[in-house]
Amino acid sequence: MIEEATEQSVRETYLNKEQGILSWLLTTDHKRIGILYTISITFFFFLGGFFALLMRLELIDPRNWLVSAETYNKLFTMHGIIMVWFFLIPSIPNTLGNFVLPMALGAKDLAFPKLNLASWYVFMLGAAVTIFALFRGGVDTGWTFYTPFSTTYSTTYVTAATVGVFINGFSSIMTGLNFIATVHRMRAPGLTWYKLPIFVWSHYATSIIFVLATPVLATTLLMVAVERIFQVGIFDPRLGGDPVLFQHMFWFYSHPAVYIMVLPAMAVVSEIIPAFSRKPLFGYKAVAYSSIAIATIGFLVWGHHMFVAGISAYSAMSFSILSYFVAVPSAIKVFNWTATVYRGAVSWDTPMLYAIGFVGLFTIGGMTGLFLAALGLDVHLTDTYFVIAHFHYIMVGGTVMAYLGGVHYWWPKISGKLYPEGLARLSAVTIFLGFNLTFFPQFVLGYLGMPRRYAAYPEEFQFLNILSTAGASILGVGYVMPLFYLLWSWKYGKEAGPNPWRATGLEWQTSSPPPKHNFEETPIITTSLPYPYEEMKEELGLVQTR
Amino acid sequence: MSKLDEAFEVKPPEVLELREQFATPDQQRQTAMVGIWIFLITEVLLFGALFTAFTVYRLSDPQGFDLGSKDMDTVLGSVNTAVLICSSFTMALSVYFAELGKRKSLALFLILTMLIGTAFLAIKFTEYHSHWVDHKVPGLWFEDHSPHAAKIEMFFVFYFIMTGLHALHMTIGLGVLTVLLFRTAIGSITAEYHTPIEVGGLYWHFIDIVWIYLYAIFYIPGIHLK
Amino acid sequence: MKTALKFWPDSASSVSGQVNFFFVLMVVLCTSIAVAIAFFLIYSTLRYHRKHDNEMGRPTRYRIPVEVAWTVIPFFFFMGMFAWGSKLYFDIERPPDNAIKMYAIGQQWMWELQHPEGPREINELHIPVGRPVQLSLISQDVIHSFFVPAFRTKQDVLPGRYTTTWFKATVPGKYHLFCAEYCGAKHSGMIGWIYAMDPQDYQRWLTEGAAEGSFSSQGEKFFHQFGCANCHHFERQGRAPYLKDLYGRRVEIEGGQTVVADENYIRESILNPNAKIVYGFQPNVMPNFTGQLTEDQVLALISYVKALGPEPGSQQPSSSGTAPKEYGQEKGIAGPGATSISGSHPQER
Repeated sequence: MIEEATEQSVRETYLNKEQGILSWLLTTDHKRIGILYTISITFFFFLGGFFALLMRLELIDPRNWLVSAETYNKLFTMHGIIMVWFFLIPSIPNTLGNFVLPMALGAKDLAFPKLNLASWYVFMLGAAVTIFALFRGGVDTGWTFYTPFSTTYSTTYVTAATVGVFINGFSSIMTGLNFIATVHRMRAPGLTWYKLPIFVWSHYATSIIFVLATPVLATTLLMVAVERIFQVGIFDPRLGGDPVLFQHMFWFYSHPAVYIMVLPAMAVVSEIIPAFSRKPLFGYKAVAYSSIAIATIGFLVWGHHMFVAGISAYSAMSFSILSYFVAVPSAIKVFNWTATVYRGAVSWDTPMLYAIGFVGLFTIGGMTGLFLAALGLDVHLTDTYFVIAHFHYIMVGGTVMAYLGGVHYWWPKISGKLYPEGLARLSAVTIFLGFNLTFFPQFVLGYLGMPRRYAAYPEEFQFLNILSTAGASILGVGYVMPLFYLLWSWKYGKEAGPNPWRATGLEWQTSSPPPKHNFEETPIITTSLPYPYEEMKEELGLVQTR
Repeated sequence: MSKLDEAFEVKPPEVLELREQFATPDQQRQTAMVGIWIFLITEVLLFGALFTAFTVYRLSDPQGFDLGSKDMDTVLGSVNTAVLICSSFTMALSVYFAELGKRKSLALFLILTMLIGTAFLAIKFTEYHSHWVDHKVPGLWFEDHSPHAAKIEMFFVFYFIMTGLHALHMTIGLGVLTVLLFRTAIGSITAEYHTPIEVGGLYWHFIDIVWIYLYAIFYIPGIHLK
Repeated sequence: MKTALKFWPDSASSVSGQVNFFFVLMVVLCTSIAVAIAFFLIYSTLRYHRKHDNEMGRPTRYRIPVEVAWTVIPFFFFMGMFAWGSKLYFDIERPPDNAIKMYAIGQQWMWELQHPEGPREINELHIPVGRPVQLSLISQDVIHSFFVPAFRTKQDVLPGRYTTTWFKATVPGKYHLFCAEYCGAKHSGMIGWIYAMDPQDYQRWLTEGAAEGSFSSQGEKFFHQFGCANCHHFERQGRAPYLKDLYGRRVEIEGGQTVVADENYIRESILNPNAKIVYGFQPNVMPNFTGQLTEDQVLALISYVKALGPEPGSQQPSSSGTAPKEYGQEKGIAGPGATSISGSHPQER
């Protein structure tokens, strides 16, 4: 039992304690910083989505009809850069992670609150430089910046874009550092590692990747920028350089980066499913260890992006088998989530819709990863729409759904209000249907042989492309809806109370919205398990009926 | 009120800067230590990526890289190494005196460290200048007519990027030391609270260690060719 | 939109069938498991749906054997996929010895394809059905990728070194050729056709187009035109190393290393001779040809050097070539399509 947080009679919360724009721009409160990040990434999501919309419109017709090939190349590049670095990577850690992590630990704030604020400014600075590149005419190298095209041949604003991403990387490193120090040193008394919610374990694993992988990206982009500015031949074969070395260095970061995108999503799902099944997560330790395993093994598989790049067959085999190893912990998680729902007391609230959707779509995306890890199949499938479908299933069907699920789940805590459930369920279903219509046809296109990054294509691919574009328009509508009803509910929604979901987790033991320092008194943990439904059943007002 | 809340409620003495997210000074100090060590690990990865790329290119033509190394000034490089090790020594002494609360000695050794660090940078820029004079600066002025010219140029590309990144870290380190000196001067560093000195010290030592590896890969291999 | 809708690609090579089979099996397996999980999940949400807001679930007792089972069973499936994928990969990557050796150069934004008998094609490649064709690939500029979906093959085309791909067409027809590595403005225009023809039709087509003589004889012209013959004599060793029987041979170079004279070595020796000096010879004697020869001229010279078998200078069609017998069969560290910077193939002649 947690010693009681005193009932709030004076409704002073983190939102109204200090007022005025400066109190937001100079805040060190992790909750406000989480909101600052949310505003930023929402903007970038729609900007990146706008580019995707233009791309999908262009692809309705096999010939270039809407934009020139050069413009199309810039569209897919900017879509990738913005979505990867300015949306997906910060999407859950810097918004929900920032908001929830200290509360889940019973702490007043992160270990280094000023560093947290600095990370947002660094993020915005990186964004400003990248937007500058965009307005000056864009970049056309693909988000992957392969050499020697990016270093020697592209005539677009490559240096500006790499500098923007370079700066953005430091925001990641600062966040990861902050989270690791916080989890190690700021836990409330009695909160041992094996009582931590999986949200914390997964963000911890994510932070390990943040701090170890991102510096390598920094170095790689630095070398690209130096080569472009000084025309020295680091990756230029005419001067003794090796363009494939760039790929190794780039993917050494970028593969772990995709685990940065998915581990926080798994973190959110691991909270939602127990909460809406009203029982503990099945196989807690297995799921916790799986998070660490994914982070670790994820550093060893980068070569699977390079199977046809000119690496040796034995190198390819090593990366292939390791890629299968890394699939195992993800499979474990899927089975454990499913087992959690079994015999629960389940409800179909919006967060649960998103979480179940995540499990389904992540499973499909992950399984198509098994196809790509098989060397003999990857030769045919790599660099085609199959790969695009694969990673969108995980990043959009997975991460974005989990992000939205988390936003809805913690919305009452963040805003103190309830969102309108009917509209929310409608948009969740719209998103699910629109998503599948957009991306499932792309698996077929991939096996048919339609290559990636094609502005124009042979006619026989048109039908599937039209299906995909139709899906994208539905998906777009689905995404816009929450923007409206969530903001509406901030002002007009029903009061939420401290624990509308009757969930375990320290964040639900304080008021909604919380006070500035999260808890009236530092919580002391006296329960013995994570997800202590049985121990807390009276406090939560729960009854066992089965 | 719980014991911890009590601890938090105690009004700290003016020199004890307990931040509000921490319950005890010890927690604050330990957290700062975790923080700086993680930061240094990120630096290992940052430089490590460059060391790896260098190694890949070196393995494909060791002879060419040795020839590049031949053009380095071993004397200046060795002097710089000794200089930096001395500065680590003075930095360690700063931390020692900080632990004892001896502000004047602390300030003295911080200043000494900064002077020695500046000397390092001065010697480094002298070397850069001599490379410029010899036309060995890729991208700006590089001339070499030996058979292994391309590889020698690649050597110098890595030399300038890696020692340049290191020099940047040194410069930032000097900035850090300036801040520490300032805080010592205004009296916010005491025997009870000298974590900033420890953190700064760790950073400084790390930069020193990176230099030793740079020395090893850039200056040593070409000695046998001189 | 009057072209036929396509949901399944053409299968026109010796490996397409194997790739199809593996792919379909994976689809069936993964769909079954995904459906099973989805079913169980949806079933649980419906069967165990809350009737009142204050209900809690019944904690499922943790059973380690269950956890182990759903860890180990997928793991074994994954290892099976790995093994099958690797075996298929070796079939896809290892050209047979009797492959016709052709060359392809990718450049922004077109493909240049060179038959050993002489004909050169742009964005098209005619090949005979039933015979393996091996392509040595190189780029003039950025990284491209040679992708023929119907053959289920793909290989990145790099600047600065050769990569290899091979295929044996099994069904006559016209098949898409795509560039599959983004290479700039007209990446989606860097496409073409592979024409797989009945062997007689192919022979007829070949003889109609071989006006310039075989590829290696073009190389011989360049050999004289660029002055190589002045130092690389045929009767005796001169200032320059002897080139007879060079291809595939081990060469000792200054510095003590031994390298195998493969295509990459010969290319480097032409474009950057000082990189590796043959033991006993001097640096700075052979001029550096970087920037003076295009990739197809280099390939022609290499083709000529390959043809320097028993009789130097004779015009031999190099379809069978003088490649060493074991080429394509060695189980060394690097298979075809891999890096061949010095010292990586321990080959026996």
